[in-house]
Amino acid sequence: MSDIIRVRNLIKIFGPRAGDYVDKVRNGMSKRELNEEHGHVLGLYDINMSVPAGEILVVMGLSGSGKSTLIRHINRLIDPTDGEILCDGTDITRLNDRELRDFRQRRMAMVFQKFALLPHRTVNENVGYGLELQGISPEERRRRAGEWIERVGLHGYGDLFPNQLSGGMQQRVGLARALTSNADILLMDEAYSALDPLIRVDMQNMLLDLQKELKKTVVFITHDLDEALKLGNRIVILREGVINQQGTGEEIVLNPANDYVASFVKEVNRGRVLTIEHLAGRAGPASTSFRLDRATSLQQALRAMGAAGTEIAEVVDGSRVLGTVGYRNIVDVMVQ
Amino acid sequence: MSLCDFADFVCRFPAFNDADIRMVRKSIDDGFRSFVREIAPAIDTLVAPIQKFLNGAEALFVSTPWIIILAAILLVVYFASRSWAITFGSAVAFCAIGVTGLWNDMMITFSMVTVSTLLAVLIGMPIGICMALFNGVQRVMNPILDVMQTLPSFVYLIPVVMVFGIGKVPGLIAVVIYAVPPMIRLTNLGIRLVSEETLEAAEAYGASAWQKLCGVQLPLALPTIMAGVNQTIMMSLAMVVVASMVGVGGLGKNVLQSINNQFFTVGILNGFAVVAIAIVFDRASQAYGRRLQKHWEAGK
Repeated sequence: MSDIIRVRNLIKIFGPRAGDYVDKVRNGMSKRELNEEHGHVLGLYDINMSVPAGEILVVMGLSGSGKSTLIRHINRLIDPTDGEILCDGTDITRLNDRELRDFRQRRMAMVFQKFALLPHRTVNENVGYGLELQGISPEERRRRAGEWIERVGLHGYGDLFPNQLSGGMQQRVGLARALTSNADILLMDEAYSALDPLIRVDMQNMLLDLQKELKKTVVFITHDLDEALKLGNRIVILREGVINQQGTGEEIVLNPANDYVASFVKEVNRGRVLTIEHLAGRAGPASTSFRLDRATSLQQALRAMGAAGTEIAEVVDGSRVLGTVGYRNIVDVMVQ
Repeated sequence: MSLCDFADFVCRFPAFNDADIRMVRKSIDDGFRSFVREIAPAIDTLVAPIQKFLNGAEALFVSTPWIIILAAILLVVYFASRSWAITFGSAVAFCAIGVTGLWNDMMITFSMVTVSTLLAVLIGMPIGICMALFNGVQRVMNPILDVMQTLPSFVYLIPVVMVFGIGKVPGLIAVVIYAVPPMIRLTNLGIRLVSEETLEAAEAYGASAWQKLCGVQLPLALPTIMAGVNQTIMMSLAMVVVASMVGVGGLGKNVLQSINNQFFTVGILNGFAVVAIAIVFDRASQAYGRRLQKHWEAGK
């Protein structure tokens, strides 16, 4: 699948003479030296990543890791100090004001941690905001906003004001606003971090359901590895402005690149994240008629094997058999 | 032997001698006077539209039958405040002023306050917006506003009288200058209080600076701006009384005459009439401001 967004050698330095320090930083000046001796802050260092079209890329990092700074570079709410951000081959750092506005209106929509709805407008008017900026007529706006309000489960709330809704409902409005603008790229900045755990799970499931149908390109920021693993086709782990590892959830859980990543991964529920695909063949040749798809999670596999009363299963990809796996193998990996 | 015998300047502040001061004063005054004389025609043409506007407003208020004016004012008060209590109170206040024979004077004061508030809003809002959008403008304006707000109101009258002479329009100009700082400050404050995230959202969806201002910043700043309008009205009312010293008519003139002639009753009545108008304006505009704010108070 082709990459729709590509970030190349991105550097962000905060400070009045940021541009002067790019070369020094590239030649190895440390973040600390830059801060203590020159009074500038290194926000992001040498970021290279790409977002495949139609997939969810999750950027995970703790507070201060630069993840919010990074996502704001993609729609240029923050200008990079150095490097380029390509969207379908166009370097968006070179767009002029008018082109940038046009680009934001048509290609990108954003969902914010604190919802950032307009308090003086009704839910419907908020949802139609993107269309309003695109110059769509009020009736059309109202109709299309109404459709998305239904889709995110806010039927009947269109004429209320945002502050009359709960946090979870407000974020549904935020999501509806993003979807209504009809942009193909969705930027979600800690969109669910402010929500209660149960509501958060609801919203995650809604996003995954919508994504099956819409196939938007999503960049999702979170500080929660479980959320990252649940949502992300690919995950980028960011620490102090530097990418520590990127790959699929499974790759990161199985082969953490360094101690920092490993310390995160330790707490993860492996049974839910890992699939049986990489275990195929562990059990050696055996004949069994019990088959499991390669994308089955370890947890599901155990449950299914337990229910069927079998100790061994064939891992298959469609009709192709990849190998066999035993109950015992799965348990070993899970408690590792 | 006292300290003063030891050295005279310790007790008496050393000053230039009177002749020098007189000379400096005279040359400045003369220079200023001839300067004013030179630009007088320009000032006259500049002031003419304001004069016309003010005269028109005054004529409208004074010559319209009182019953229509009262009805109109009460309607405005009701629709601004949506409160029967405030409307009823206003009716009582205006009737009380009317029966004491002050209706005409009140209308003159009324027209003055209306025109000066309008001008103050027209001047203050754009300046406040510029201050909010450009930090440089704020840095320049803040000390100017500080001076304007600490300057005693009588002192305003000096340059105004020197440049514009005596009469209604100079009075109006003094009132507007006195009443405009809160409008500027609260417009600036209101816009700056709009949350960063909300602005970021507007920007992320591709709003231009103008769309951000009209669609997000001004609407969200409106309650604060209304507080500025309220302050401006109150300050105009206060200054209208002081401005009677340079020839503004109405209730203020009566107060001034009462002070000069020790007319106790007239003075008190006119004073209370000003207070009554102030209360009506204040309640109505505050209730309006609260109503604007309503929809972003959670869960109500």
